[in-house]
Amino acid sequence: MQLATPQKSQPVRAEQIILFRCSSQVFAISSASVQEVRSVDGLAGSPQEIQEPSLPKVRHMFRRGERNLYVVNGAIHFGLRPSPASLLFLLRRSRTALLIDGIEKMTTMTRLQALPFAFCHEERLWYRGLTVLEQNVVPVVNPAGFLTSEELFTLDAAASRLVAPEFPAGGEMGLSV
Amino acid sequence: MSVLEQLDARSCVLLRLGERRFALTAEHIAELVAPSRVFRFAHRTPELDGVILRRGRVVPVCDVAERLIGKRLTSRRFYLVATRRRGATLDWIALPVSGECELITADLTPASASDSPHVAAWLSYGGEVIEVLNLDALMPELAEPSALGPATTPETHA
Repeated sequence: MQLATPQKSQPVRAEQIILFRCSSQVFAISSASVQEVRSVDGLAGSPQEIQEPSLPKVRHMFRRGERNLYVVNGAIHFGLRPSPASLLFLLRRSRTALLIDGIEKMTTMTRLQALPFAFCHEERLWYRGLTVLEQNVVPVVNPAGFLTSEELFTLDAAASRLVAPEFPAGGEMGLSV
Repeated sequence: MSVLEQLDARSCVLLRLGERRFALTAEHIAELVAPSRVFRFAHRTPELDGVILRRGRVVPVCDVAERLIGKRLTSRRFYLVATRRRGATLDWIALPVSGECELITADLTPASASDSPHVAAWLSYGGEVIEVLNLDALMPELAEPSALGPATTPETHA
């Protein structure tokens, strides 16, 4: 009698993520999409205020090289109660800096589930999907979902009326990821 | 002619929302489960409470009571997990119900044009005339899929 050859299992695709808090809710973001993590305290005086009434989630901006970086308040973006933010994620290949309350931990996800179709509003832009970690469901944010191209255009127009300070280059302070 | 017009006797699940009973055709029902932890996260779809986990699958919880009986359920006895097809995929939805569910076979009368969109048919059971629900009409829908851009395409990896 011949025993059946055991089938090779599919290799699991793992992705390193950062779990972070905004207004007491936990979100995940791919660590590959975070270029730098900076303390808000270390930025005192550097950011410039920007006021665009249609985008209350953006109150500050920096200038880095030729580009404007816009600080998106994560709590306001997700429609949560504003809370004291302590950290800033500078997103890779993006003009968004995300203001968050704090980092929970870094971990790995092995499965990303599509957001069910019943969720049919802005959350489809906000999230890449959902992951399950230690019997908890955590939304995995879409780094491109914080500012649309139209919103960036609006912010650029508002920023053109300001003279923004230079943002310190990576490594001067904060933590590079 | 719709499927409901072609078929008379159908298996249906009776569900209770407050004082009223409704029905869903049994082919739309996956399981009946005890209430479990609802995971909530930020979103903008008011009809949804959050999600539950069923065997590793994330299932959104949609309280249809407000639309059907005018108020949200104060107590949830079970979740009736229903499915609906969207293109090639099967969408799962957990409907909170406030009482026992019952599997019956009944003759269905197709809904008329004057009925509400959420009524797929009618059945008569135990002296009651009961609405057979059209789940598609009760679920939140993306009005214009292209409006949210390419990011609306679900991304999955295992």
